Amino acid sequence: MRKQLMKGNEAIVKSAILAGCRAFYGYPITPASEIAESAAEFMPKTGGVYVQAESEVAAINMLYGAASAGVRAMTASSGPGISLMQEGISYMAGAELPCVIADITRGGPGLGNLGSEQSDYHQVVKGGGHGSYRTLVLAPNSVQEMADLTALAFDLADRYRNPVVLMADGFIGQMMEPVGFAQTATPPQLPAWAVAGTAASRGNLITSLYIDFDAMEKHSLALEAKYKQAEQREARAEEWMTADAEIVLVGYGIVSRILKAVAAETRAAGLKVGVLRPITLYPFPRAQFARLAARARLFVDVEMSHGQMIEDVKLAIDCARPVEFLSRVGGNVPTHEDVLRFVHELARREGLAPGRPACGPEAAARQRCEEEQMAHV
Amino acid sequence: MSSPVVAEYAVARGKAKSFYDRYERKSELQHQTHFCAGCGHGTIHKMLAAAIDELGVQDRTILVGPVGCGVFTYYYFDVGNVQAAHGRAPAVATAICRSRPGSVIISYQGDGDLSAIGSAEILHAANRGENIAVLFVNNAIYSMTGGQAAPTTLLGQKSTTTPLGRNAATEGYPLHVSELLATLEAPVYIERVGLGDNKQIAQAARAIRRAVENQSRGLGFSLVEVLSPCPTIWKMSPVEAQHWVRETMEKTFPLGVFCDRTKERLAAPAMQSAPVPAPALDELPRILGVADADLPEGHAQAIAGGQIVDLQVRIAGFGGQGVLLLGEVLAEAGLDAGLEVSWLPSYGPEMRSGTSNCHVRLAREAIDSPLVSAPNVLVAMNEPSLRKFDQSVRPGGWVIYNGEEFPADCRREGVHVLALPFTELANGMGDKRAANMVMMGAVLEIAGVLPDASVAAALRHLVRNPRWVELDERAMARGRDLFQQAFAATPPRSSQIRGTVSEP
Repeated sequence: MRKQLMKGNEAIVKSAILAGCRAFYGYPITPASEIAESAAEFMPKTGGVYVQAESEVAAINMLYGAASAGVRAMTASSGPGISLMQEGISYMAGAELPCVIADITRGGPGLGNLGSEQSDYHQVVKGGGHGSYRTLVLAPNSVQEMADLTALAFDLADRYRNPVVLMADGFIGQMMEPVGFAQTATPPQLPAWAVAGTAASRGNLITSLYIDFDAMEKHSLALEAKYKQAEQREARAEEWMTADAEIVLVGYGIVSRILKAVAAETRAAGLKVGVLRPITLYPFPRAQFARLAARARLFVDVEMSHGQMIEDVKLAIDCARPVEFLSRVGGNVPTHEDVLRFVHELARREGLAPGRPACGPEAAARQRCEEEQMAHV
Repeated sequence: MSSPVVAEYAVARGKAKSFYDRYERKSELQHQTHFCAGCGHGTIHKMLAAAIDELGVQDRTILVGPVGCGVFTYYYFDVGNVQAAHGRAPAVATAICRSRPGSVIISYQGDGDLSAIGSAEILHAANRGENIAVLFVNNAIYSMTGGQAAPTTLLGQKSTTTPLGRNAATEGYPLHVSELLATLEAPVYIERVGLGDNKQIAQAARAIRRAVENQSRGLGFSLVEVLSPCPTIWKMSPVEAQHWVRETMEKTFPLGVFCDRTKERLAAPAMQSAPVPAPALDELPRILGVADADLPEGHAQAIAGGQIVDLQVRIAGFGGQGVLLLGEVLAEAGLDAGLEVSWLPSYGPEMRSGTSNCHVRLAREAIDSPLVSAPNVLVAMNEPSLRKFDQSVRPGGWVIYNGEEFPADCRREGVHVLALPFTELANGMGDKRAANMVMMGAVLEIAGVLPDASVAAALRHLVRNPRWVELDERAMARGRDLFQQAFAATPPRSSQIRGTVSEP
């Protein structure tokens, strides 16, 4: 698989089409518009449908229609548009319709701004719509993952007959990195439950309406059982240098990339620091957190929000360890230097003595550099 | 049922094939619908089922149901059924007809559903000329929720939310949906009919059949508005309600055809022509531009094995100075040379405020953070950019500045500076817009490791105009020369950016 430089937003569309997606319905919004633009270019060339909807409300309901007809379909938006889609997302979860929604996050609330925040966590991960439902949420942190997790999102959506959200901050959407794609395309398939305008599918019904209380309860319990199954099977996380970690840095999306750089540098300075990055935000990778809590002294949760994922972190470790919190919002990013300083201060406070730094000139140089930076503090 | 007329009627008409034999909406009396006595829905359901039967399209039909009294279409119609959110049926139907163009798609909606909460969806579906048939059941009130005012409620008409009667001063006027949509160019057929008497009912049946027929022929968007009695909510007997449709409702909502382009659509291709045939699956990677065979092999072997590369560049300037392109060429060249690379642009409001900057990293190892908060090379294409980022440059790093005079207060111990009037130099070469590539030449000298072949390949990939490729290549060569002239005597160490693993 050869790689080429590509924006994360564009990689989503190409991967989606290779995964059998043949419909895109959307409404323009920064920083997600490249997804619609790319879909407008490639959907018609590959036998798919592209429609620019009159609103995000219409777009998500078009997804509802496409999914009802048994087509792998997707949309893309950002916070304000995702807010408008919540009605349709709830209906799709209720009617058990698969779809993929890319949320390329920006700043909020309200019109907010176009900078990157991670403040859509609550509305996306906890579900901003009405009723007892969940959406599966994937959080890529590279352009390659934008491609890979898009393909996974379609499989999960079909497996669980449920909307799946690909939630990436504006940085991951806008940046270019080398990315490679599957060289074989998944053929579109017609699910047996779809309403496709054929004799075979004539008796099929797509609805989220269960007028009878017992029938509604039965449906709701079936959905819940499905989510529990997803919790057992689909939680994913990436761990980096966590085997002996006393301080576990936690973050997703662009933040996780910064945390890795910080962990490398603090390791070089002799601190036992690792990174735990949730890849699925729902289901939350609770097992990994619980395992690391057994050894770690503390967790450091870094977010571009005022602390939304931190609730899941604390629940995952059953509050067994302190969870420190660092954030920047408004479009600002916690810089490498910010996090580095924060971790060193915590280490001092906790009396975590630096061990013998990892050997090698690079590590030594890093340590020098870090000491320099600390001197500036 | 002893009357021979009734018996004959039952034999002649029977129950439409498109109806289920028994309606499971209720646990008893399953030969009856859930509609109230005298309600128009039952009549309209019958007309629709008859049309589906007559046209022989039962298997192809997909009925999109609304929120409202018509919500239970799927208990009655033995066709494909999709239940939609309140008002959204036209959006749902849009996607179904786009993906399954051979289907007969009917959006069945009430007046609250269509003319209030779904007013945007119906307007745009009509304006796109979606190949759907809309049955718009207008009874001038929200019936299922118990009689609240609708956009179609008549002036003076009482409802639970207009207890004194609808007042134009506070609630506006009844919305004329058919007239409104008939102003659009895309719809093929729009007619308003009533259920006020038998003559009207016969016309309504013809109109519904026409709409379904248009749809089955793929002619485009059709809408039939049916003035429909609601005895229960109107608090009338079925007969009184029928009279009210004919004598009162019709005054506000005159019956008639508001748009009919059937003939011209039959003659000319429909708005939405047949979909382009899908290409073969194995063609997709090539069409998407991701086929391995179409991607360059690159020059990964050109960089010696032991070399460390860690180039962290921040490029900043005015929009139009080629800031992002400079970064892209650098990143593309790095990728071609087998390095790990990342390119992160400023975007959004900054793009439109006249300034631009990007972060570029090239490294041997996987890149952790693509954000360059402490660059080892800063390319500042103007003074504001220099002042914004100069303090962030790492000790031992570089500043390449577009200006003859490097501001004295920006000088720092341990940071190397190359300040030249790059814009004027590029102007002298033929176009001042090539200043970015002159500066690129200097960056390449600092980076040191990038093979010429990779840089040439990157430039050709990103710059399509051969005249510009030629100019850019000359500009880069000039930049390299200028760098070498400036530092010929004392080549500064750049071990921070490149070196070998053995170097301390």
